[in-house]
Amino acid sequence: MALLEVRDLVVAFDTPEGEVHAVNGLSFDLEPGQTLGVVGESGSGKTQTAMAMMGLLAENGRASGSVRFRGQELLGMSTQELSRIRGSSISMIFQDPISSLNPYMTIGDQLIEVLTHHRNLKRKAARQRAEEMLHQVQISDPAQRMRQFPHELSGGMCQRVMIAMGLLCQPDILIADEPTTALDVTVQSQINLLMDELSEQSSTAIMLITHDLGVIAGLCNQVLVMYAGELMEFADIDPLFSSPAHPYTEGLLKSVPRLDQIDSGILSAIPGNPPDLLSLPVGCPFRARCSYAFDQCSAHPSLRETEPDRWTRCHLDTLPKPTENKAD
Amino acid sequence: MLNYSLKRLASAIPTLLLLITVAFFLIRIAPGGPFDAEKALPEDIKANLEAKYQLDQPLIIQYVRYLWQIVQLDLGPSFHYRDWTVNELIAQGAPVSFTLGALALVLAFTLGTALGAWAALKQNSVADYSTMSVAMIGISIPNFVVAPLLVLVFAVTLGWLPAGGWSYSFSHLLLPTIALALPMVAYIARITRGSMIEVLHSGFIRTARAKGLPEREVIVQHALKPALLPVISYMGPAAAGILTGSVVIERIFTIPGIGSHFVQGALNRDYTLVMGVVIFYGVLIIVMNFLVDLLYAWLDPRIRYD
Ligand SMILES: Nc1ncnc2c1ncn2[C@@H]1O[C@H](COP(=O)(O)OP(=O)(O)O)[C@@H](O)[C@H]1O
Ligand code: SF4
Ligand SMILES: [Mg+2]
Repeated sequence: MALLEVRDLVVAFDTPEGEVHAVNGLSFDLEPGQTLGVVGESGSGKTQTAMAMMGLLAENGRASGSVRFRGQELLGMSTQELSRIRGSSISMIFQDPISSLNPYMTIGDQLIEVLTHHRNLKRKAARQRAEEMLHQVQISDPAQRMRQFPHELSGGMCQRVMIAMGLLCQPDILIADEPTTALDVTVQSQINLLMDELSEQSSTAIMLITHDLGVIAGLCNQVLVMYAGELMEFADIDPLFSSPAHPYTEGLLKSVPRLDQIDSGILSAIPGNPPDLLSLPVGCPFRARCSYAFDQCSAHPSLRETEPDRWTRCHLDTLPKPTENKAD
Repeated sequence: MLNYSLKRLASAIPTLLLLITVAFFLIRIAPGGPFDAEKALPEDIKANLEAKYQLDQPLIIQYVRYLWQIVQLDLGPSFHYRDWTVNELIAQGAPVSFTLGALALVLAFTLGTALGAWAALKQNSVADYSTMSVAMIGISIPNFVVAPLLVLVFAVTLGWLPAGGWSYSFSHLLLPTIALALPMVAYIARITRGSMIEVLHSGFIRTARAKGLPEREVIVQHALKPALLPVISYMGPAAAGILTGSVVIERIFTIPGIGSHFVQGALNRDYTLVMGVVIFYGVLIIVMNFLVDLLYAWLDPRIRYD
């Protein structure tokens, strides 16, 4: 039994325009200590997958299927039961660190309440543990920071605080939803480095959500590629980068900025837009943008295991090798 | 902070001066004078009185004299209540008006915020819609309609409470307090509901939930304070609303407060009394707004006055 088993997860939102199908039958496992990257363009359902797992969907959202944590079904669990798992066994940090912290409370109070709530620690013990955790995420002068308010800290510093907050109770799973997207480039790499170090030190499984394959390269063992709320490809990091099995993955890889490519101008975003989630196309959701599309693609492709632990959702057996000479 | 406070108080002086000037000349423009009783006074007596109170002097001289008096914190003698100074009249009415106003404010804030928060937490439910519909009605019915209605129902028809009069007792305070507070309860409920709903959608509330705090703690520890901040800033205008409301309410319930003095003063063309009350109200509103700003800064760590 995996640590976390997601099966046929469907997330839909009721809106005045109709039903928005954000996640459409997603399945994956998370093992202890695993670092899983979840990539996909904006709007592909990454965040809502995580929100459904945490029971944090907006009021107009519904999740069905199954999310089992240590065998326990999380979907449909009462808020009260969920609150014992959230922040303690499964933590989540968000894209915008500054607005994720309460502007009216000191950093210290926001950290301490996690421990007094989940670990029944007295304030003094909790304070000490919180300071240790700030030290661990490489924040200088933790005692001083504890007394400060979020607006007195930089964005990168706030994200470090959020990471510390997420790790306070040594959770089994840390979900990081685009943790560096809102930050400056130099700060991004510092935070990525920190996440990398922390994941090596601890047994916490990390689910790193990002639209940027470049971020995943340094940090994750496995990658799950999402498109229109569906899993398109699942693979270990190295084979995925060297020989993507899905046209969408290939497209994403081509749009990753790399130093050797920026000058030569090869960088290219995938042309076209993701499908309308109000009315999904019948066949392959990527068909309208896929340069390999052929007759069969009008039927919805099912997930195939091409090699052990390697999955793709495409009618093509293998992608044709690119003809033009790559820079590397 | 001290620096800011001094600056704020200094900037209040021109405001007050403007208020005094406008009020002084406006009231003189109004037809009639303090000694035009129904039974006309003999001309020579009237002239004597006007000379005594220096009303025979050019208006501009009277104005300058009056300002000099104000600087010495003396609001002058009442023209109508001959044995009283305006200072004495205000000192006598203030505790009465203050009790009524403070009670109405407290009632409006506790009830208003409680109802608004409750409606927000039950958003889009029957409870929410009915609370907010009643609030809408509450806002649109003015004091001078609410008060006679309350009197009609609870005093005249049911006979449970007195229709007016004054003592520091529950039975005398209840109806005027409710009449004064009611439109404000409704308004505060609407502000609270709106800001609470907004706060509940903010990132840090999502974080609080993701931390595993129970919903009650999410509300009390994280949502309540930011949701109440807009209500706090409304306290300045609310105090002004209570003042104007009390003028009507004190009159309807025959309560001997400053509001009654104000109305009586205006009817009698008691220039000094009316001016005294206007200045007193002005100072009160300025002080109230100042206190609200200090309170706000104290509650919101992002605001620092220095
Ligand atoms: N409360 C909501 N109501 C309607 N649609 C929503 C809601 N929340 C998210 N969505 C839609 O769900 C889709 C997937 O969103 P999301 O999971 O946030 O994408 P991303 O992969 O960028 O994280 C988007 O099209 C978004 O507009
Ligand atoms: S199924 Fe067809 S359209 Fe879809 S990605 Fe594969 S080749 Fe392209
Ligand atoms: Mg997202």
